[in-house]
Amino acid sequence: MSFEPKIIGFLCNWCSYTGADLAGTARMKYPPNVISIRVMCSGRVDPSFVLDAFSKGADGVLVCGCHPGDCHYVEGNYKCMRRIPLTLKILESFGIDKGRLRLEWVSASEGARFQEVIKEFTEQIRALGPLQLKEWTFEPPKESEHMIEMGRA
Amino acid sequence: MSMIKIKIDGHQVEAEEGSFVLEAARNLGIYIPTLCYYPYMTPYAACRICAVEAGDGKGWSKIVTSCNYPAWDGLEILTSTPRVMNARRVNLEMLLSRCAPVPVLQQLAEQFGIVKPRWGSGEDTCILCGLCVRVCDEVVGAHALAFGERGIYRNVVTPFGQQSDDCILCGACAKVCPTGHITMEEISNRELVHNEMTLGPNSAISLPFRQAVPNVPVINPEHCIHFNTGGCKVCSKVCPKDCINYDDTDTFEEIEIGAVIMATGFDNFDPTPMKQYGYSRYPNVITAEEFEVMNNAAGPTGGKILLENGEEPRAIAILHCIGSRDENYHKYCSRVCCMYAFKFSHLVKEKTSAEVYQLYIDIRSFGKGYEEFYQRILHEDVNVIRGKGAEIVPSGYARGSEGHLLVRCEDTLIGKWREIPVDMVILCTALEARKDAKETGRKFNISTGADGWFIEAHPKLAPVSTTTDGIYLAGACQGAKDIPDTVAQGGAAASHAMKLLCQGEILMDAACATVMEEYCSGCRICNDLCSYNAIEFLEDKKVSSINSAMCKACGTCVAACPSGAIVGKHFTDQQIFAQIEGMLS
Repeated sequence: MSFEPKIIGFLCNWCSYTGADLAGTARMKYPPNVISIRVMCSGRVDPSFVLDAFSKGADGVLVCGCHPGDCHYVEGNYKCMRRIPLTLKILESFGIDKGRLRLEWVSASEGARFQEVIKEFTEQIRALGPLQLKEWTFEPPKESEHMIEMGRA
Repeated sequence: MSMIKIKIDGHQVEAEEGSFVLEAARNLGIYIPTLCYYPYMTPYAACRICAVEAGDGKGWSKIVTSCNYPAWDGLEILTSTPRVMNARRVNLEMLLSRCAPVPVLQQLAEQFGIVKPRWGSGEDTCILCGLCVRVCDEVVGAHALAFGERGIYRNVVTPFGQQSDDCILCGACAKVCPTGHITMEEISNRELVHNEMTLGPNSAISLPFRQAVPNVPVINPEHCIHFNTGGCKVCSKVCPKDCINYDDTDTFEEIEIGAVIMATGFDNFDPTPMKQYGYSRYPNVITAEEFEVMNNAAGPTGGKILLENGEEPRAIAILHCIGSRDENYHKYCSRVCCMYAFKFSHLVKEKTSAEVYQLYIDIRSFGKGYEEFYQRILHEDVNVIRGKGAEIVPSGYARGSEGHLLVRCEDTLIGKWREIPVDMVILCTALEARKDAKETGRKFNISTGADGWFIEAHPKLAPVSTTTDGIYLAGACQGAKDIPDTVAQGGAAASHAMKLLCQGEILMDAACATVMEEYCSGCRICNDLCSYNAIEFLEDKKVSSINSAMCKACGTCVAACPSGAIVGKHFTDQQIFAQIEGMLS
């Protein structure tokens, strides 16, 4: 059986998630390898989400936000733009190929672009092969009861 | 200035001392012919046709030029004595000897009974009245014209006889020239506005449009002579109420508002890049908007449908889908063109006896009563041809058809290539998003789609709202639409805004970020991250705190908090970790 990569996609609610929605309503076909997680803004994407995804077995992580200047929250995507290169450095130190994390700008009207990005990224990950992590595991910090409570609120 | 008494042809009048006799006579309604006099310019007494007899009433008198003869107390003027008439006749005869073909001189010659000037019939057209030189110096202030040479070679020239940069192309010299010696010529590198060719030039001071509010004229500084040279100001001299204000400028005002309705409308597609239609090359190829202006009863042609040369057209072609439904320009259908094109053909049939050809791709008569109107047009003797207009060329073959056009198209219903001779072509241009829609959208934090139209919050469930609270869309800024749809959407947008204003309170999204104070280290990293200034630092507790009313729940601060002390409700770290785990297990 051929290798089917598992990819986690963090999509911002206003541009990329809507763009993905548009690709869906327009019945555009793209590989099912990317599983989307909706966040309100690409600025919400904590580097620990990326690391957590890799540690739990993702082969690639895609972060999509609004085009620079178009952020619904004025400048959240700029924050993301600064965090991703730092995250890439961390990945490098863990021996994870830089090509497994990608930041893309997809606007609400770019269903076709979303399709393109997914296709291309899936092919890229497929070429890189399954992610092999050696000897270390990453546990998310154990949360206090209070944090869980707040989380449910 | 003291007022003095003078007598003109026996009428006693008061005049300012030193004012000129011609003006006083004109105020009395006494006709004195003149060729070189114009208000707002210093009199020059070049033509000498305005000769009158000035006397002191005691026997002394002499012939003077009334345009520059100052009035003095006790002056008696006679304007039609045989001596005056003779002087005028001789002066006129001399002008005629130099410039025989000038119509205004011919008319005067008829009045004075001159059949043939005694000293020959020159072919010149300039009478050296100096109006052009004076208007350029005194009114326009450009100083681009002057007299050159001397004696019989004296003439009016531009510097070194060449086109000068000082000339601002205002046309004032041509306007004041009494003989038609000066004309405005097309200068090759000046671009003529298409509008100017077909529908007449716009003046530098005009009403923006008939129904403008407030209904007052405005000055177009780009074309106003005063704004170009600092001179002129003729409009302020003629305005009896002193209404002209040259210092008026745009001002910025800050207004507090609770909701915004975007109704920025659309732009008309400019068909100039579509070379095959020759728009702006052939004056009788016009856009639908220009036809609409021409068709307006208050418009430049008074609602008459006319060609550029003022004749009534014999055949008109109306080309649908110019720039819309076109892979090279806009893929979408502009929705309104089919129906207005039918309206045009109905109006053309009503106002003229011209043949009408409609060239369409598909007829989209989708609205209430639209299909019925289409059927009615079909019975009005309109030639409705299925096939997009391919090309417009001048019809140069037949004699007497100069300036007329041939429309080439494929009639797909009969499968034939056709060439239709017409006098006028109307291009139904696409509706497109405003050029600055993207920029405007950014200012209001709403997004534009691939075509440039503003995107609504949901295509079916929220067609009026946007993704930003309190901003609503109305009309063609959201997509091409016709008047009924625009009115409906405008009404919906207004009621949305009213609802928001009348409520007095705002529904908040449950999602927002909160700080768990016991975990906050007071590092203040989050403080500067917030685009909404929702985070403040509590000096007494040394922790940050988020104002939930101002927080928009983007989560930027949540991701940035090094202590994990900020929780983004509905998007907590735990929820997202759980999602990742769920998806990868």
